[in-house]
Amino acid sequence: MNDDLIRLLTLRDENSRVVLMGAGLLGLASGVVGSMAVLRRRALLGDALAHAALPGLCVAYLLLGDKNASAFLLGALVFGTLGVLVISFLRHHTRIKEDAAIGLVLSTFFGLGIVLSRIIQNQPSGNRAGLDGFLYGKAAAMVRQDVLLIAAVAGTILLVVTALYKEFRLLCFDRDFAGTQGWPVKRLDIGLMGLLCVCTVIGLPAVGVVLMAALLIIPAAAARFWTDRLSIMLVIAGLFGMLSALFGTAASALVAKLPAGPAVVLIATGCFVVSLLLAPRRGLIADALRRLRLSRCVGRQNVLRAIFELTESDASAGAWQPFDRLLRVRTWSSSALDRELKRAMGAGLVREDGDRYSLTERGAAEAARVVRAHRLWEMYLIAHADIAPDHVDRDADQIEHVLPADLISRLEERLRAQGRLPGDLPSSPHAIEGTSP
Amino acid sequence: MTASSASADAVKSAAPPRTAVEVHDVTVAYHRRPVIWDVDLTLPAGRLIGIVGPNGAGKTTLLKAILGLVPLASGRIEIFGRSLDDARSMIGYVPQRETVDWDFPVSVLDVVLMGRYGRLGWIRRPGRADRAAAMECLRQVGMADYHGRQISQLSGGQQQRVFLARALAQDAVVYFMDEPLAGVDAATESAVIELLRTLRSAGKTVVAVHHDLQTVADTFDHVVLLNMRVVASGPIAEVFTRDNLQKTYGGRLTLLDEAAEAVRRAARG
Repeated sequence: MNDDLIRLLTLRDENSRVVLMGAGLLGLASGVVGSMAVLRRRALLGDALAHAALPGLCVAYLLLGDKNASAFLLGALVFGTLGVLVISFLRHHTRIKEDAAIGLVLSTFFGLGIVLSRIIQNQPSGNRAGLDGFLYGKAAAMVRQDVLLIAAVAGTILLVVTALYKEFRLLCFDRDFAGTQGWPVKRLDIGLMGLLCVCTVIGLPAVGVVLMAALLIIPAAAARFWTDRLSIMLVIAGLFGMLSALFGTAASALVAKLPAGPAVVLIATGCFVVSLLLAPRRGLIADALRRLRLSRCVGRQNVLRAIFELTESDASAGAWQPFDRLLRVRTWSSSALDRELKRAMGAGLVREDGDRYSLTERGAAEAARVVRAHRLWEMYLIAHADIAPDHVDRDADQIEHVLPADLISRLEERLRAQGRLPGDLPSSPHAIEGTSP
Repeated sequence: MTASSASADAVKSAAPPRTAVEVHDVTVAYHRRPVIWDVDLTLPAGRLIGIVGPNGAGKTTLLKAILGLVPLASGRIEIFGRSLDDARSMIGYVPQRETVDWDFPVSVLDVVLMGRYGRLGWIRRPGRADRAAAMECLRQVGMADYHGRQISQLSGGQQQRVFLARALAQDAVVYFMDEPLAGVDAATESAVIELLRTLRSAGKTVVAVHHDLQTVADTFDHVVLLNMRVVASGPIAEVFTRDNLQKTYGGRLTLLDEAAEAVRRAARG
């Protein structure tokens, strides 16, 4: 086993070199064309296509026996295309919706394929090995000729997607708009489906009809987490596809009776889970951290505002606010208030004296800024709600970025007239600290 | 013909209105049910033209039929006297916002650049001049600062402005817009109306589906009242009347309803 692993990884023997190269190229092409298919919302069509290809493989076997590899691929291509055409017919000429049409074609063709494969197995000369490989994939059986074909198809796919990058992007984003510019959107759509078809078909022997679609969909879905640029997404999806196919194939070669398809899919899923969790902006962990930071920030602002406004409302009582009084300012539990106060003290914004609290110099400055922004927003929403941008991020830090400067100074003018502009008030930050008893 | 606003008068006196769009006897059907029926329209050039009608009246379908996006059951379309295929480069289009996936991996500038694809032709990529033109269009709609943003980070009004900038990048003669004022904030609304007027001053024609009857008279020079067929089409002052609106929106039986009622009665009897 260890010897096998070393042999495989060092690519010492001809056979594993061939197999891994074929798998890698296949994964690369699948990731790229799969991304386009996913963005065009045609991902399930790839699945239907792969399943629909099975009867084609069986028919080719029945007609020509198991010697002829290209006959298999041709049979798969014919039946896969037929499946796609039937889906398209059902969608356009009946009231059946696309998802139902896909489900119908996928299961019917697959069922037909299984029946045909059992007929083949029951024949006296029946040899089940070749056909079972098509169900779950048998990458190890690839020979030099297969790899040359995969290389040619993968090269074509990369070339076409690169050349027609602009056209495909427009087609996937806004087909109607492309139509009004005079692009032949139907032919572009067919072209994209054609690439999906050939990529699926050359992948069938290695990955199998049942799971081939996963190699189209999962790398694309995983890549989307890392970038907002289509070009980069295509590159990342290609890399994920390549890694999945390489390591999946290697695993299948090392573990007895492990078909390549499931191994490839599980590794692709590994890429997906890592992306889902760790991607810098769209990942779940980044999202949770963002949310945590936001709630920390809101909590701190609430505590600063509470102390600031209590002090402001009754300057004669001094800057030190008792816990009970702060508790009544908002609907927060005493443990929540306690937690926020401790955090603010940790940040050096609040000081403690028994059960009374006051703002430090830095805390007072921060509080004045927060209160000012808060009141500006309040004023703005009351006075100018009719021209409010519809997606305002009301973080106190943002007001200068969202509203024009002249509007802010007008709002400040109003607050000043009401004596509610922090910084202008008699109870300025320094005065607050000075009034401590 | 009496135009409603002074600016429309200015346009009229400058040049006699040429015809921008001609729709001849167009019928469109989905699953054999007609959506628009025998529509005959002549839309003047250099005007802001609103297409108005109740929900399901076929406003979007009419727009798509003019643009060749839905097959015609019968009839034909001419744009400045040419067939649609010969007029592609003269056309700008602003689809409804909801028709695209706003999580698509493109930036604001990428979307606006799509407006230049038509003139670029196959394979050629947008270059520096295209980028500069696209940025200028973004500036016109007040979105230049957002050019590098991914489009999902935009508000509804900002999305609408990006679509308008993309249409501007097409540098068209006639613009077709599907509900450009639907669901946008007030600031965007006034920016869009301002932009429409700028386009008119530049001699462009705008044909826009519009839903808000309150703002029709202030926004457009010319109105098409549609409810499966054209109820009326002409300058606002002549056509945008209570009587015509009642015919369009019901309130009393429209001709089609009367016909349907007669068929129903015949079926029963």
